[in-house]
Parts: sequence; structure tokens; C-alpha cells
Amino acid sequence: MNIIKQLSVFLENRYGRLTELTTALGQAHINLSAFNIAESSDFGIMRMVVSDPFEARRVLLEKGFAVSLSDVLCLQIDNQPGELSKVLGLFSDQGITVEYMYAFAVGEHANIIICPDKLDVCVKVLEDHHKTILDASHVETF
Amino acid sequence: MIWNETFECMGRDELHLIQSSRLRETVERVYANSPFYRRKMQELSITPEDIQTVEDLVKLPFTVKTDLRDNYPFGLFSAPMSEIVRLHASSGTTGKPIVAGYTRKDLNTWSEILARTFTAGGCGKSDIFHIAFGYGLFTGGLGAHSGAERIGASVIPISTGNTEKQIQLMTDFGSTVLCCTPSYALYLAETIEKMGVKDKLRLRTGFFGAEPWTEAMRTEIQNKLGIKAYDIYGLTEVMGPGVSYNCSEQNGMHINEDMFIPEIIDPKTLKPVAQGEIGELVFTTIYKEGMPVLRYRTKDLTRLVYEPCPCGRSFVRMEKIKGRSDDMLIIRGVNVFPTQVESVLLEFPEVAPHYHIFVDRVNNTDTFEIHVEMRPECFSDNLSRVLDLSKRITHRLQSVLGIGPVLKLVEPNSIQRTTGKSVHVTDLRKVY
Repeated sequence: MNIIKQLSVFLENRYGRLTELTTALGQAHINLSAFNIAESSDFGIMRMVVSDPFEARRVLLEKGFAVSLSDVLCLQIDNQPGELSKVLGLFSDQGITVEYMYAFAVGEHANIIICPDKLDVCVKVLEDHHKTILDASHVETF
Repeated sequence: MIWNETFECMGRDELHLIQSSRLRETVERVYANSPFYRRKMQELSITPEDIQTVEDLVKLPFTVKTDLRDNYPFGLFSAPMSEIVRLHASSGTTGKPIVAGYTRKDLNTWSEILARTFTAGGCGKSDIFHIAFGYGLFTGGLGAHSGAERIGASVIPISTGNTEKQIQLMTDFGSTVLCCTPSYALYLAETIEKMGVKDKLRLRTGFFGAEPWTEAMRTEIQNKLGIKAYDIYGLTEVMGPGVSYNCSEQNGMHINEDMFIPEIIDPKTLKPVAQGEIGELVFTTIYKEGMPVLRYRTKDLTRLVYEPCPCGRSFVRMEKIKGRSDDMLIIRGVNVFPTQVESVLLEFPEVAPHYHIFVDRVNNTDTFEIHVEMRPECFSDNLSRVLDLSKRITHRLQSVLGIGPVLKLVEPNSIQRTTGKSVHVTDLRKVY
């Protein structure tokens, strides 16, 4: 299962709101593996990969957050110069657009969460080129 | 100076006779030509014969804004379209505007009352009028325009917007009179100060209206622009600007009583209040052909002053508007009803119908912000999609309201719920 359920939360730019969100997740024993925040002048969208996305959604909805689950994938590449550009080259060849991504590299590997416009095509291209896509169980317990 | 001494200074008894005779003609006209009014009068079991003098006015049915909306667009007209030469419109309580139609005689009446207004402010044919009310469906621009032409002044139909260019022309053309909303006058004053051109101005008089303003604002406008600032009052449903006007005393607005009969009622019981008490202002037009209105409830709260005015005019004076008996907001001169906002938001399934309107005045300009809750289930991880939603709602609000709000999407349940009638508005301006 190499599709990851990413949890996105609508956050007003309001003092303490991020603390409230992470507190709610912490109290529900939900772990964050990765996250990113996209901001506009009035609000932000926090996108995250968590240990139990469905439970996390339930908890946050109960707390009154606007939440959505969406499909992303996690690509693992070598932590080397030029590796990312090779993958992106495959995407542009196949007409795949990246809506957003976030990444972090440490040690030998870099892990990249990608939200492409055509998820199925994207997975196929990566598999055809023997790229490593981490599956959900792996990512959610990084 | 007095434009039409015969009417403006007429004895109260003679005025009463003229009002009664014009009222009879108006009632006959609407009964014969407007199915809406005929039905309303039939419901009250009255016919035109029951209305003989001003005292019979209380027998007549009231008219409210929703009557105009329900009979959109021309249902309240009492003249055939072949006689209508002009249409104007202003906001209704929901998506549809309310429409007013004018015959040639009505336009003549309108310019007459504005000629009275401008003359009362000491203006005449050697003045140069800078008219910065909006031209178009809004009655302000074309209304003031016709009055200024009528007194023979030179008219600059500058309309709204492009403040620096306005000031440039004001100095180049030597404008002596300014007509606009009071908040725009203050904004102009500030910009003039910034541009450092106050010495080049020849302004000496201003006529301001279309939104409520205080005596404190009058003082500020007078000091900053070095002019005398006069009130004009009016509303599209009744005629437009010029229904009542300040004289040189600047103490209350004389109502053109040969054209409009005022009443003050208790908005709850709908009964007339005792003379001199504050209540809702009601107008019956007695000299209009296109769209006469019987007992139109303005929802504006004020009182009438019957004491003689030192200026010599015998027309009753109304004090500055002290508030509203409904929830209408006037933002940058545009009438806005919370129900209009609500009807637009209901078109968008992505947001909840929970909203709150914030109005304030910053640097003499009204700010208008609407907070609306995202629906928990309609939220997307895609930032541009959320921003696009916000843009689409703003655009739709702008087109329905005629004024662009700043829209802010907020989290579910973040807008305070109230038991009973929800409070949808926070107005921090001190305009009354």
C-alpha cells in the first residue's frame, strides 16, 4: 500500500491555534511523522502524515477543526546532488504536475511527500523506473 | 439666499391646503394606476374619497422596502413606461435592487429641490460644482448634477474614485463647491494635506449626504477643508437627495413639505409619536408621477422640529439621523443588509451560513470585513483551491452588494452563536 492518507487542517492565523491542534493530537496519542504549513495572509493549511490518519481526523473534527484527508505518496531517494532533478525530470516527461511537496534529508536518504495532479500515473512512472515509494505503514511510524 | 420663496416660506395654513390638495391627487393617481396600491387600499376598505386632508394620511397603508422588492422592477410605478424618462436603483434587502422611475415632471421636481438645497447653502451661478457622488444607478451623482445645473452653476461631473486626479482638477478648475459623502470629504481633505495643495483650493462650500454623519464630522470637515458643510438627505424610494436640506443655520434639515409629507411613528406600534419625539421617519410623496409612495417607512430614526427657523423658511426641520429601526448598514454610501450577505453565502456549499460582518472607519474610510466559517467537510488540502473559493465568494458579494468586502474564511464554530436572533454585525463606527 504505497498511497498515504495525508491529513490537512484549516488553521486561522490566530495566536495559540497551532498549540491547540498539536495538543489535541498528542492527547489522542497520535504521532506526527512529517508536516508542512502553507500560509496565506489570513489562514494556513497544515498538512501532515500521522500515525493514524482516520483516528486523527475523528479527533480533530470532534474538536471543531476543518479537516480533510487526501492521497499523497512518499518517495525515498538517495541523499545525493542531482537525485531530485532526475525524478522531477520523469514527471515533466510524463506531463505530471506537482501541486506541492515537502521533504527532509538525513543520513543516506531523503524522504519526499509529493502531491501530484495524477497520482496513478505518478506511481506507475516511479515504479517503472524502480524508484522507492515508501508504503503507509512505514511512513506513519517513521 | 432662498431659491423659491413662494413655497419655502409659505404660511403653514396655506401649505396645509396645498399638501391636502396634492395628497388627494396622489391618492387618486396611485389608486387608478397602481394595482399594488389599489389592492392595499381595498384591504383597508378605503377609497380615494376617504382622503381629503393631511389629517387623513393615517388611514393610508404603509409602504416598506420589501414591497418594492416583491414588485420588482416596475410594480409600484403609477405612470406608463412611455412617460418614464429615467430609472435609478439602490440595494434591496436581498439580491434584487429596488427601482425608481421618474417622469419628466419628476426630474424637474428633483432639480427644483436640489436648487433649493444649493441656494440655501449660499451657492449660485458663479459657483463651480465638483460632484464626487457616484454617477449611474445611484441617485447621488445625477441628482446633485441636475440641481447644480438648475441654479446655473458650472458642473464638473467627476463621479467617484481617482482621488489625486480629483484634487488636481479641483485646483486647476477652481472648484468652489464639493458634493460627496462626508467620509469621502474627509479622505479628500487628508489627501489634499498630503499633496500640500490646500493653498491652491478655492472651495468654500460642501454638500454631503448618502450616509449618516455626526456634528463632530461636520466640524472636522469644515476645519480641514476651510468650508461650510451642509447636510443633504434623501432616499431613492422617495426621490433621491434633496428630500430635506440644511439652511445657513446648519441646524436641522428643512423638509420640502410641498413635495413630501413627513410623519414620525413608533416603529413597533406604527402609531404617530407625540410631536417632537424621536421615532421612525415616514414619507408620503405628494408631487410625484412616476413612482409616488404612500407612507414609505424609511427606517431612519429622527425627530421633527416645528419651531420657526431664523432663516425664514416655514418648512419643518428634521434632525440628523439618530439611528436605524432595522439592521441596514450604510457602508461608503452603499446600503447593505445582512440578509443580502446571507443570501450570497447560501449559494456556496463550501461555507456554513455562519458569518459576522465587521464595519469600522479607518482613516475616514469605511472598512467592511466579513468572516465566514469553512464547513468542516468541504475543506481542501489545496491552498489555491481555498483561496479561489474566497475569491469567488468575494466577487459574488461585490456584485450583489455593490461594494467589495474583505472576506475572511474562519474555522468551523469560531463565530459566536447566540440564542434567539443572531447578531451578525459589529459596527465600530460612531456615525450616529
